[in-house]
Amino acid sequence: MTDQITRKVFLRRAAAGGSILTVPGLLAACGGGSSGPSTAGGSTVPHKLAKTLHFSNWTLYIDKKGNAHPSLDQFKKKYGVTVDYTEDINDNESFFSKIEPNLQRGQSTGRDLIVMTDNSRYPALLVQKGWVEKLDKSAMPNFKNLIPQQRHPSWDPNRDYSLPWQSGFTGIGWNEKLTDPITSMGDLLGNKKLKGKVGLLTEFSDTLALVMGYNGDDPSHITDKTFNKAIDTIQKAVHSGQIRQFYGNDYASALANGDLTATMAWSGDIVQLQADNSHLKWQQPDTGGDIWTDNMLIPKGGNVYTASVYMNFVYDPKIAAEIEDYVNYVCPVLGAKEALLKQDPAIAKNTLIFPTKQELDSAHTIDPAALNNEKYQTTWQNLISA
Amino acid sequence: MGVFRLFHRHQGATPYLLLTPGLLWLGLFFLAPLGFLIYQSLESGSIVAGFGFHFSWQWSNYWDALKGYTGEFERSFEYAGLATIIALVVSYPVAYWIAFRGGRWKNLLLLFIVAPFFVTYLIRTLAWQTILADHGVVVRILIDLHLVAHGGRVLATGTAVIAGITYNFLPFMALPVYVSLEQIDQTLVEAAEDLYANKWLAFLRVTFPLSLPGVVAGTLLTFIPAAGDFINATLLGSPTSHMIGNVINSKFNGTIDYPSAAAMSFILMAVILGLVLLYARAVGTEKLTG
Repeated sequence: MTDQITRKVFLRRAAAGGSILTVPGLLAACGGGSSGPSTAGGSTVPHKLAKTLHFSNWTLYIDKKGNAHPSLDQFKKKYGVTVDYTEDINDNESFFSKIEPNLQRGQSTGRDLIVMTDNSRYPALLVQKGWVEKLDKSAMPNFKNLIPQQRHPSWDPNRDYSLPWQSGFTGIGWNEKLTDPITSMGDLLGNKKLKGKVGLLTEFSDTLALVMGYNGDDPSHITDKTFNKAIDTIQKAVHSGQIRQFYGNDYASALANGDLTATMAWSGDIVQLQADNSHLKWQQPDTGGDIWTDNMLIPKGGNVYTASVYMNFVYDPKIAAEIEDYVNYVCPVLGAKEALLKQDPAIAKNTLIFPTKQELDSAHTIDPAALNNEKYQTTWQNLISA
Repeated sequence: MGVFRLFHRHQGATPYLLLTPGLLWLGLFFLAPLGFLIYQSLESGSIVAGFGFHFSWQWSNYWDALKGYTGEFERSFEYAGLATIIALVVSYPVAYWIAFRGGRWKNLLLLFIVAPFFVTYLIRTLAWQTILADHGVVVRILIDLHLVAHGGRVLATGTAVIAGITYNFLPFMALPVYVSLEQIDQTLVEAAEDLYANKWLAFLRVTFPLSLPGVVAGTLLTFIPAAGDFINATLLGSPTSHMIGNVINSKFNGTIDYPSAAAMSFILMAVILGLVLLYARAVGTEKLTG
């Protein structure tokens, strides 16, 4: 089934004279298990840029000036490609189910570039299903700037299909005007003063990792027992009325307008929201936060060459620094720190962006096996939807 | 003339001929999807097993849905029922006033009732998030009036969900009620008042019974979509005020569990149909058609 779809897409793209012709060359260039950056172009076929790059991303996730995105404007100036930038990803699950029917039928999703988190099951699933295109590394000399720790994820060992956009921590955000600092999950889930003013995340991994840390269990090795214990802990908080809602990226507006006093939150979001509301604070809980990486992927039918050129563009340390200066997440690009030190030293010294070893150590990662455990996923969905 | 004669000759077939477009429409856009829904509700399979669902007479989908989500089903009917009653209580006097006292402003007033429909459903509901925000004016006033406890909230409660549904479906109640009130022959009311009744009794014995077709149509138009709604519960509710629509949505768009979602949709539809039949039986079917 998958093979058929793939072939159909291949044929269609080949007929359209697309950049798919470079794939054999790429395979040769990246073969032999070599994971090193491939700057040797595998093809002599001239590449053609599309007029528009359709890029789907999460909110609060790119540099912004007024209504414009300076880095995208620079991209247009340099390559003549307009980026149709849409912030239509609120959580991994709902976004995946939005594009799944198209991918399933071998149709284009209308997007050239999407961003999904490695602590959800979806990036691995997309690769495994053959629903993402191989990167055109011949167009990506800056691939060498990927930080070494990120070069061999288990689900895409050679980074053939994906490239990190940002990494980040999951922790607790709170409004210091409305409450004392909330630095423990126990406080978040049980402090009566916060009743009905607490948000949790719809993301399975984020919420479970933090709750398991609080329960004294290890989220990188989940058993039925520790899973059920975590679900019980959350359920208790829901039934007591402590939890206002399970949120995707939309927790940000609820926290900003005071509907939420404290919530599980992603590190960079809060730094950005502080620009308008200096009373918002963020910290990893005392029992540990969670670290994850969001990955750029080219869904089947997307324009590989244009998307690859864009990825190469954002892996230029100068551009990466510009984006970082605004989004304040953990930057996966070598040299960005040095570039940022020149632009904005205060931000460059922010350990949320270039974290210390201690911060990295206190953050949990999730057990990948749990992501594909259907029973866990169903239990989780039932908990957040019912 | 010739055409009429043709129709006349084939009198037996004419009604069916006229019904054809409607029947085709229903067949294509209602019966066919419904058949597909039933088929899908009896499939099994999962996302891990490779997105392939296969038909296997999986009746347990129905049983699991009923067993696992009784609370959400009950809550849906409770919220939809309450919203329907409130919408009726609110819109009846309004419709009455427009029909009998509206005078030359009638059309303008009706436009006001329909006006919210010029904004999309989603935006209208999102606006309520702002209106009912914890630190908003409305909640502050309600706290000052001691209608909401100090530090309390309206948003993210069942109350907000019911209020949202009531607001969103109000025109579906107000318009049919208005239409049936507007058609009432005023001389009947006058006759009642002349013969035996005061104004209140005349309303109860004459006006209200004559407006029943509108009331029945309005309650159905409000209750049926409200029972399956999930937008209001998503945007204005909390995890403890989710309705069956939320579960179906999450099964369909979250876990990509189409069979369970289909089974739940089917149960929802069957229960609504059952309730409507009971209701029609109680008030008499002639009220449905006027």
